[in-house]
Amino acid sequence: MTAYLLKRIIIAALTLVLASMVVFAVMEILPGDPARLMLGMNASADQIEVLRNQMGLNAPLVLRYLHWAAGLLSLDFGRSYTYSVPVVDLVRERIAVSLPLALIALALSTIIAIPVGVFSASRQGRAGDTLAMGAAQLGVAVPNFWFALMLIYLFAVWLHLVPAGGFPGWSAGIWAALKSLLLPAVALALPQAAILARVARSALIEVLNEDYIRTARAKGLPYRAVLWRHALRNAMIPVLTILGLQFAFLLAGTIIIENVFYLPGLGRLIFQAITQRDLIVVESIVMLLVTAVILINLLVDFSYAIVDPRLRAIPGKVRSGFPSGIAPKQILRAVQRFRETRNRSRGRQ
Amino acid sequence: MTMRIDLPEETIAGVLAKAFGNRSFLIGLAITLLVVAVALLSFVWTPYDVTKLVIADKTQAPSWAHWFGTDHFGRDILSMIMVGARNSIAVALVAVGIGMGIGVPLGAFAAARGGLADEALMRVNDLVFAFPALLSAIMITAIFGPGAVNAIIAIGIFNIPVFARVTRAGALAIWPREFILAARAAGKGLTRITVEHILPNIATLLLVQGTIQFALGILAEAGLSYVGLGAQPPMPSWGRMLFDAQTRMVTAPWMAIFPGMAIVITVLGLNLLGDGIADILDPKSRRRR
Repeated sequence: MTAYLLKRIIIAALTLVLASMVVFAVMEILPGDPARLMLGMNASADQIEVLRNQMGLNAPLVLRYLHWAAGLLSLDFGRSYTYSVPVVDLVRERIAVSLPLALIALALSTIIAIPVGVFSASRQGRAGDTLAMGAAQLGVAVPNFWFALMLIYLFAVWLHLVPAGGFPGWSAGIWAALKSLLLPAVALALPQAAILARVARSALIEVLNEDYIRTARAKGLPYRAVLWRHALRNAMIPVLTILGLQFAFLLAGTIIIENVFYLPGLGRLIFQAITQRDLIVVESIVMLLVTAVILINLLVDFSYAIVDPRLRAIPGKVRSGFPSGIAPKQILRAVQRFRETRNRSRGRQ
Repeated sequence: MTMRIDLPEETIAGVLAKAFGNRSFLIGLAITLLVVAVALLSFVWTPYDVTKLVIADKTQAPSWAHWFGTDHFGRDILSMIMVGARNSIAVALVAVGIGMGIGVPLGAFAAARGGLADEALMRVNDLVFAFPALLSAIMITAIFGPGAVNAIIAIGIFNIPVFARVTRAGALAIWPREFILAARAAGKGLTRITVEHILPNIATLLLVQGTIQFALGILAEAGLSYVGLGAQPPMPSWGRMLFDAQTRMVTAPWMAIFPGMAIVITVLGLNLLGDGIADILDPKSRRRR
């Protein structure tokens, strides 16, 4: 187990370092001189030169990267060119909106998808299954920002139940804040729930065909107990994979949804920063989101080990067939292949 | 000479029979053909000229003259949706082309060589996957500026590791098979085996993934144009139309409803088509049914 986890941690760290290099390189080749931007068009070349020296922009590339990376590690992201405040303060304010939004959406999506998946799998091929999967098929096709617009139209414009947008801030009371996050969270969650429900269903159906399920039924366990205790647990690997992926999608999805609902989150900030060429804010947010995605993938890897004890026994090797970022179908297929090879190796022992 | 791991019943007639018995495939194909036909029709005919602004007709509700209503410049929504279909299809199609063109050779190479090349490719894949598609699209447009071409590049780059992974996983499953061993014994090189034996055998996998990425590409393009990073006005695009509709939800909801439905129907059609193809051609699903 330690070897497995250690390998995952090393890979995650390596990915993080490479990602930071990519982000740094991208920001380097972007046109626009931050010093000129801060001083305005009327600044003389000398003034700009002085500021460039002050900001360390004339140092060698490698030194600047190391300085920047060291800053990231100590949560010192630098100062925003346009707001003239530490980026970390700007970001902290915005995370207080984006992170709860993504978490609520993730929770909603799971709460909806798992029961629907279990329901469909246990009634495979019957009317209820067809109906639920038809709805899921439709849900996958709906762009979340359009769904958001429709929700606004229905619940804010027509029924006046919730505000159409904006965020009162957490200081206005938890209830008021949650209320304004509700529609955005639903808009983000439903399309994701559709994907998750499909994955949960296929994973469950696969597991329900296994011999040990028949054994459990044969020894007299009621169907419900077998379904929820034995089958669901074994179907969790693909579900967890998708959940991990979805969190990344949700974080990125908040960028668009925040613009629909005028929420002052990271997404609004990154767009403002792009139009104002406030590169240090852009690169900080990008690094933040990328770090979040990498950490979550690492967490998913850890949870595999918790859910499936066999991963603990066979270090490293079995994970190699797992894709961590492709469409559900391929993941399911990979899991199938993984199971087949595993069964084969078990037979040999 | 190409070898396939076919089952005896997989003849053209057999596949066709299965295709016509598959509801998901038929509905998906019908919708996809309809969308493509509408996009092609828009080159020669649309109910109204989408470049002409008729301010007198602005934000009119759906009527017999304007089935889907008009926008804030008096342009016919139906005509704009028809022209917008071109943009969506073109962006998604080229993005899939980029993804396949670069991803498939990379994945096939990694599977054929294994070892260090394989490991390096997978790490680069991890790296690209660490950037959510929208985020890399934002970075790319921050460098090159917004526009349809840059949207294609952004979505295409995200497609590369997807196809690389699918190709690698598919190829790895084929390499240990006996007919590959026979080909090696016959003295064929890695490249020749890949082209003649591996790729034909994973074509189904790639076709299905291609449909999925096509659908995702249409969603991504809509998202990018919605935030102003995709096709630029006056070129109509579905995402852009939704952006224009957003501030007019109270007075002109039809401006949002119809372009959104166009996206949903198109993506739904492609997803159904992909599911159908997978069901028809995948021997595994055949056994399970």
